[in-house]
Amino acid sequence: MIKEIREPLIFEISAAGKRASELPQLDVPAKKDLLAGVPLRREIDDFPEVSETEITRHFTRLSTKNYCVDMGIYPLGSCTMKYNPKVNERLAAHPAFVASHPLASADLVQGSLEVLKKLEGCLCEIAGMDAFTLQPAAGAHGELTGMMLIRRALEARGDARKYVLIPDSAHGTNPSSAHICGYTVKEIKSNEKGTIDLASLEQEMTEEVAALMVTNPNTLGVFESDICRIAEIVHAKGGFVYMDGANLNALTGVVRPGDMGIDVMHINLHKTFSTPHGGGGPGSGPVGVKEELVPFLPVPVIVEKGGRYILDFDRPGSIGRVRAYFGNFGVIVRALCYILTLGPKGVREIAEFAVLNANYIRKSLEGEFYLKYPTASMHECVFSDKFQKEFGVTNLDISKRLIDFGMHPPTMSFPLIVHGALMIEPTETESRRDLDMFIDAMKAIAKEAKENPEVLHAAPHVTYVGRLDEVAAAKFPVLRWEKKT
Amino acid sequence: MSYLSLSAKDKAEMLARVGAASVDDLFCCIPEAVRFKRPLDLPAAQSELELVRTIDTVGAKNAYGHHLSFLGGGAYDHFIPTVVDYLSSRGEFVSPYTPYQPEVSQGTLHLIFEFQTLICQLTGLDIANDSLYDGSTGAAEAVLMAHRVTSRDKVVVARSLHPQYREVVRTYIKNLGIEAVEVGFGPDGRIDAAELKRVLDDKTAAVVCQSPNFFGVVEDIQALSDAAHGVKALSVAVVAEALSLALFEAPGKLGADIVTGEAQSFGLPVSFGGPYLGFMACKKEFLRQMPGRITGQTVDKEGRRGFVLTLSTREQHIRRERATSNICSNQALCALRATIFMETLGKQGLREMAWQNAQKAAYAADKLAAIQGVKRKFTGPVFNEFVIELRKPWPAVDAALRAKGIVGGYGLEPEYPGIGSSAVVCVTELRTKDEIDRLARTLQEVLS
Repeated sequence: MIKEIREPLIFEISAAGKRASELPQLDVPAKKDLLAGVPLRREIDDFPEVSETEITRHFTRLSTKNYCVDMGIYPLGSCTMKYNPKVNERLAAHPAFVASHPLASADLVQGSLEVLKKLEGCLCEIAGMDAFTLQPAAGAHGELTGMMLIRRALEARGDARKYVLIPDSAHGTNPSSAHICGYTVKEIKSNEKGTIDLASLEQEMTEEVAALMVTNPNTLGVFESDICRIAEIVHAKGGFVYMDGANLNALTGVVRPGDMGIDVMHINLHKTFSTPHGGGGPGSGPVGVKEELVPFLPVPVIVEKGGRYILDFDRPGSIGRVRAYFGNFGVIVRALCYILTLGPKGVREIAEFAVLNANYIRKSLEGEFYLKYPTASMHECVFSDKFQKEFGVTNLDISKRLIDFGMHPPTMSFPLIVHGALMIEPTETESRRDLDMFIDAMKAIAKEAKENPEVLHAAPHVTYVGRLDEVAAAKFPVLRWEKKT
Repeated sequence: MSYLSLSAKDKAEMLARVGAASVDDLFCCIPEAVRFKRPLDLPAAQSELELVRTIDTVGAKNAYGHHLSFLGGGAYDHFIPTVVDYLSSRGEFVSPYTPYQPEVSQGTLHLIFEFQTLICQLTGLDIANDSLYDGSTGAAEAVLMAHRVTSRDKVVVARSLHPQYREVVRTYIKNLGIEAVEVGFGPDGRIDAAELKRVLDDKTAAVVCQSPNFFGVVEDIQALSDAAHGVKALSVAVVAEALSLALFEAPGKLGADIVTGEAQSFGLPVSFGGPYLGFMACKKEFLRQMPGRITGQTVDKEGRRGFVLTLSTREQHIRRERATSNICSNQALCALRATIFMETLGKQGLREMAWQNAQKAAYAADKLAAIQGVKRKFTGPVFNEFVIELRKPWPAVDAALRAKGIVGGYGLEPEYPGIGSSAVVCVTELRTKDEIDRLARTLQEVLS
């Protein structure tokens, strides 16, 4: 039998003296006594030494061990894994932008500032908000920024308050962000429809509560139909409504958060606006606010004055900076390019087709998989493994088996209020053929669960590694390569 | 132009299958009153060719690119070998999500494990995470981490820490009852040791110091760590110019407990400030308090080596409000670029690059200091940045240099009131002797 090639760590193929890059000779006279008295390192112990051929093959082979959106459907719920347009990659690497320095005087970087200002304007229109900051580097960073804005606004009124209300269906980042902003989290239960229970909200919403953090559509893919009433309840007690925009893909051009009582929100450019996820970032989490919160935005704010862009640092109410410079600029360029490509109609079609695709999957799999909440779905639907559990098959087995069918699994075990959840978000960019292949695979797996559950327990069968021992990984952590002694 | 993949026929058939008469029916759960009824007021859709022209036009408004620049200050212009762009632009790296399904994410997990190892080797510490947003949020996360480890509410921060990093730290801590005490600098540009000693006490969670600091001056990390440890506080070394790690003794070998910072220098363009690459490494006893994703090695049933995201009980999706950080997406693709960059430069190349930076900066510093009306502001050792003090006010000098096509440095006065007419000048391996000479010549003209 032919022995399979396993990709080594770069350190395991390193050999003294090899190199893949050389610089020109130093063209200034070298100082012999430079840095005398400063502790210098003799060398970087065990740092790799390889050729360019080896580098290229190493990373090319590693790339083949990844599944990605460019290969097929990637229906991770709440992650919005849509197609990443290639021209946006090219334009984010535009020499005029990649060379522009964040500390350069504003008059030398008018083009870069125009990109920021233009995207702010587009996001205000799409979200129905009055202003945006593009500084936050990711969604969770945006949440933190938004909560800081709320806190600052309340402090300006005289009392920062103590609590933040978060529905039990929320992403884990919400409670964590509220906590880092110094708030204590209180959970709001969902009702039988999977939406916020108004009675418990009314009970919990007191004058000690700073804000409600809501995701709409929520993580069940269900629109909070009572959102206006929810906002009224929170506003009546002087609180703010924060919206996690992770699921904005369901709403673009159809309804605007700013029109339904939302005071602050973040948008994940790496979800709704198609910037690539990169295997875990970089993202970008712009935060939009209504007028009342504008004075508290992070500095600097970009202001247009006589056709020129200037940086306004003189904002005494500001929460301060949340990140150095201007945020993940390269991601911002991509998002702007995407909106410019789509135009008004195209942006609305994001939501239309995302919701159509999700409902098509839902309708096609209803009956095969258990749907805990029958409420109408927006851009994603949440099934569970309840039917398959009868045969000893879990959502993990189903997910791993999907890999054998050449597809990425849905989000698993989230939201927490659905036991054994399979959260499916196809996005608008999938073709009918890709959707049907996914549906057929899921049906085939449902059948296998009844007839041959063993094949599911052992899945995936065709991957570079099988199921990995995650317990051992956490119990006996090996977090770096070390030279064998 | 749109990126949809459904034909009109598909759409009609799919609507029929879901039992909707029209697309509008799909939104029946949204109350009529809040629905958005007009077309969005956005620019008209553009074809690819129009888009390219639009962006070309906007880009052309950046005059910066026509200048010879000596700007640094946390964003460094370094050589990027072609393989970095080539390999990192593969769709298999660009378009996956966070590697939650390890069986189909071994490419990303494998390279992140290499990244963690490289960061450990450079910092001289035991463990490193997968990345943080950038250097500024890295500094803030390190402060929060020190607060968790020590249960103390005061941090001592060097004023020579990047001004924007200091602002971010302040923004993060002010809602948590943590106090930041700033310590100034001496004539050598290093932290004022006497003042540091005065403010350290048994309430201090950490001493946070950047090296090379915002003035380019290399700090005595051993002395700082000893001072911190003297009151059982943590020593946090912030490194905004990661290339310096290839030349100077690893901070972890000089007593630093946490090393965090910015690795933009490793294969990422300055790109108007982002995306960049925050990193963090620490001693292994602090593992459970470390923020961010961590990748670990394990095996499958057949004993084959594989990598997984691990120790996630520290993280927000498991621990919710009790997590070590709210961080979720970070900078994985930037970590990929940095990994390819570090491995391409390799043991010799990275050190050679760092050495050339130090030599060229030294040459430039001597050249500039020889000009009438210019002197070095600080006496401490530097890496690739140094501060010059001028007889004439910097804004005027800066404007005159720019009129001659040179961005000579970053003026310190606004963020360091009272420091006088000073600017920090950065010289990387990309600046040639001719360019440095041109800066010196032009500065002399401007001042005469």
